[in-house]
Order: sequence, then C-alpha cells, then structure tokens
Amino acid sequence: MARLARLKLADEEVEAMARELSGVLDHIAKIGELDLDGVPPTSHVVEVVGRLRPDEPRPCLPREVALAQAPAVQDDGFLVPSPQA
Amino acid sequence: MAGVLDLTAAGAIAQIEAGELSAAELFDAYRARAAIDRDDGEDGLNCFTWVAEESPHSAERAAPLRGLPLAVKDLFCTEGVPSQSGSRILEGYRPPYTATAVAQLAAAGAPLLGKTNQDEFAMGSSNENSAYGPVLNPWDRTRVPGGSSGGSAAAVAAGLAPWALGTDTGGSIRQPAALCGIVGLKPTYGAVSRYGMIAFASSLDQAGPLTRDVTDAALLLAHMVGQDERDATSLAFPGPIAPPSAERLDGVRLGVPAELTGEGIQPGVRDAFRAALARAQGLGAELCEVRLPHAPHALSAYYVLAPAEASSNLARFDGVRYGLRAADAEDLLDMYTRTRHDGFGAEVKRRIMLGTYALSAGYYDAYYGCAQRVRTKIVADFDAAWEEVDFIVTPTSPTVAFGLGERTGDPWSMYISDFCTVPMSLAGIPAISIPCGLASDGDGPQLPVGLQIAGRVFSENRLLDAAYALEQALDFDGSPARV
Repeated sequence: MARLARLKLADEEVEAMARELSGVLDHIAKIGELDLDGVPPTSHVVEVVGRLRPDEPRPCLPREVALAQAPAVQDDGFLVPSPQA
Repeated sequence: MAGVLDLTAAGAIAQIEAGELSAAELFDAYRARAAIDRDDGEDGLNCFTWVAEESPHSAERAAPLRGLPLAVKDLFCTEGVPSQSGSRILEGYRPPYTATAVAQLAAAGAPLLGKTNQDEFAMGSSNENSAYGPVLNPWDRTRVPGGSSGGSAAAVAAGLAPWALGTDTGGSIRQPAALCGIVGLKPTYGAVSRYGMIAFASSLDQAGPLTRDVTDAALLLAHMVGQDERDATSLAFPGPIAPPSAERLDGVRLGVPAELTGEGIQPGVRDAFRAALARAQGLGAELCEVRLPHAPHALSAYYVLAPAEASSNLARFDGVRYGLRAADAEDLLDMYTRTRHDGFGAEVKRRIMLGTYALSAGYYDAYYGCAQRVRTKIVADFDAAWEEVDFIVTPTSPTVAFGLGERTGDPWSMYISDFCTVPMSLAGIPAISIPCGLASDGDGPQLPVGLQIAGRVFSENRLLDAAYALEQALDFDGSPARV
C-alpha cells in the first residue's frame, strides 16, 4: 500500500501506522452496517455541469516562472533522476 | 493604539471613514503586534508563519474595506509570499500567483497582514500537525486553539489581526472559532472560489471568514463570494451579502437534532448550549426536535471520502516541480518515495495511506462507494429537516479546548472533535459558529463554547441575521483572550 501511495515508511513507522489505521478502520467499518441498497452515490453536492470556456489561446505561466521553484532544472525542463538506476 | 486594536473591523472602518483613525497607522500597529508574536518564540502564540514587512500602498485604502489588514491561512497561495500549507514539503515555496479569495479581498481594500499557521494540509483539529510548531490557545496557553485554521482563529481572538481567512473541510473554521471564542463561518460549498487554495479534499474544501463578531463575518464574506472561471465548481451567489440587522427571532424555527446534542457532548458545553437556546426562545424563536438519523455516521463517511480525495490531491507533491526534494535518490521512484517520506508529517501520511487503501481495487465498494452512499443519506436527512425547521443548531465542538498533546496518541479521539461539524460539510450547507458562553471541562478554567447554526444552501443572509440577533442577546465577552 505504501508503494502504491509513493511513500517510503521506516520499519517503526509501519508498525505504528498499521496499529493506528486498524483503529480508524474499526470505526469506519460501522457504515457497512447501514442498509444502502439502491442508494445512489454522491460525489459532489452541488449540481455542476461541465463548464467550458471558448477554446482560444491565452497567455499562461511563463516558462522561466514555472521553472523558478524547481529543485533541479536542465535546459528548459524539470530535471529528475533516471526512472531506472 | 491599544483601544484602536480592540475595535471590530467594521468599527475600525467607520472610524477611518470619519477621519478619526489612519488606516496606515492601524496596519502598522497590527503588523508590529503580529511580528512580535512571530518573533517571541515560546513566549508567543505561534500564530504567524510570515508577517508583511511594510504597509501596503494607499490605493487599497480607497476601497470599501479601507485598508484593514487581513490574516490569511497559509494554504492560500499568495504571489511571492511563502505558502507552505503547514508542511515541510513546501518549505519556502513562494507561489507565482494569488488565490482568488485573497485577490478579491485585497482589491476590496483588505491587504495581506500575514500568513497563519495551520495543521499540515489542513488535516487536524488542534493545529498540532503543523511542521512549524503548534499554535497556543490565547485563553489558556496549555491548550490547543483547535484546527486546522488554528493560527487564524488564535490571531483574531488574541487581537493580533482584526479578521482572518480560513478554510473548512470538516470543521476547520468552525471548530477553532469555537475553541477560541470568535465567529467562524463556512459558506455554502461553491460560494467562494477554491482557486489558489492548496487542496485537501476538493468536494468539501471551502474558504470562509474568522472574525470577532457576526457583522465582520458578513462584511468579509460579501467580498469573497462569486463565480470564478478558474474554479469550475464555484457558483454565482444569489444576491449580495447584506449587513445583518435582525433584533428578534420571531417565528424562526430552530431544529435541535438529538443525534448531535446528546451523547458525547461535555456537560459544561451542553449547559451553555441549552442556555443559548433559552435566549433564542426569549427572542421569539421556536425550538423543534428534528431527526438527522445518519448524522452519527457522518464522521465515518468523512474519514473515507476526505482521505481518498487527499491521497489523490497530494500526489502532486513529488519533488519534481517545486518544494522539497530528497537528495541522493537512486532513481525516480526512490526520489518520489523518499521526498514524500521526508516532507510529509505523520497525520498526512496516515491519511494518504487510508485514502489509498479506500480507493484500491477490491476495497473501493466497501469503503469509498459505501461512504458516497452515506453522503447521499446525510444530504436527504437535511432536506427532510428543512421541511420542518429554518435552521439546525448544535454545539460546534463536543468539548471546550483540550490540552496540548492530550489527543495526539489516538487518531480517532482527535477526529471526534469534528463530530458536530462534519455532517454539514458533507451536505455542502452553510454553518456558522458563534461564541455562546463559557464552560470548564472539570477542574480547568472557564473556556469559550461555540454554538453552531446551519441553514440550507445559500441561506447565508438569513443565517447571519439569526446569528446576529442571538449574538446581541448573548453579549459574549471575548476580551480575556486579547494579548
């Protein structure tokens, strides 16, 4: 699960996390006792239809501004370690 | 200047307009106070993570809010000003743009005074999850101010800022407002643009005011609402937000749900709540029993939905484009996982894990799908209640402010702080907390108790009016918290 979440956890963290999350899941599991057959899910409380704006070019963040906060930059892009060491 | 700093925002604006007070001097006085608190280390409340270095230009003083300084929760992006959302992973991050709510308020004449401390990524009910240290409650410095907008609430209560912006996902404006003895309003979902708010749970996050009184809350909200093309979920508010003026509550039906006012509410809090209801009756309100049968399950549903959304939203913090990056990574995946290990605090990691689990194949229906169906039932409970009552009233927090460190060992004991506020968040309805009295948790000092009033979607004007009438009758004294 930690790998799926892109998180590294130290061994002692794993133990505490497992204990704490089990406690939380015990509480959460109570919603499983409700009769929810035929109840539709709510993902959003406000009725919103996909709002589209005209597809017209407009200025966006300049490249140098977008790169200004990056931990590492090379040429005109974000520099990252190789996917395969 | 001390007397001037005791003015409400509306009071200060009136004096500026009458030529009795200089906006520049007022800004400087607040700036000096905020800076002292920031620099005081353990002697301060730790409300601010950044304070403005100079007064803004005079143009802002011509606008309706007359240059009154505004404290802003750290998670609002402010151009060129650190916006770290209480997290190590964003340490030193200075965004290239400003959140719509902050920009609108600056244009309306409320320039940025400082950025306030908060729980990391707004995940917490005590402000103890901040990478920049806990905030102390100005009523009792051994206790928490509530969270996640703890810095904003404590700053307003202590008189370090005239008013503040916060955000509320499950109670993060209302609960700290209650614990600090001030007013906090969570607007209808969509009323205020979320553009530029560093996201926690996007279907729940909403910006709102933290103020010394109800009039100030209305004044600040009036300049925050509005549809924004950069937030597709934002909605045009139907009509302007008016200054509240009601003196009576004749014919107003207040619904008291047994599910949120009985078991689990501290005796002193229950007494203060009941005394406030008696005051409301004295103003002509009618008390009605209502049922919200699914409200006790709201917290469970919330702790599936909010972490699920958070696990997705926080995927963007990967060390590539901004913020922290762990050094000496072996490869790209190692860089991601180590950056997130080093940059996120324990509670954020817990919620990312919980959310990832709830959304994972095989568990999705049992957790996420189920919680979404509970959300439907909660919305239906409120819709049924509105057939019978105008507002629903509960204590804002089941307890008064608790001690620092008291609940950090057991996540659920912390989560339960939001028992009374989470149902309204899931339903997307507006709710306000006003101070309604003092109570003790046993042997401790007398501390503020918040009264929560919730109304139907877009009922902010009526909600503010009802809160105002009650506020006048209750005549709560917040001055003991001023530094």
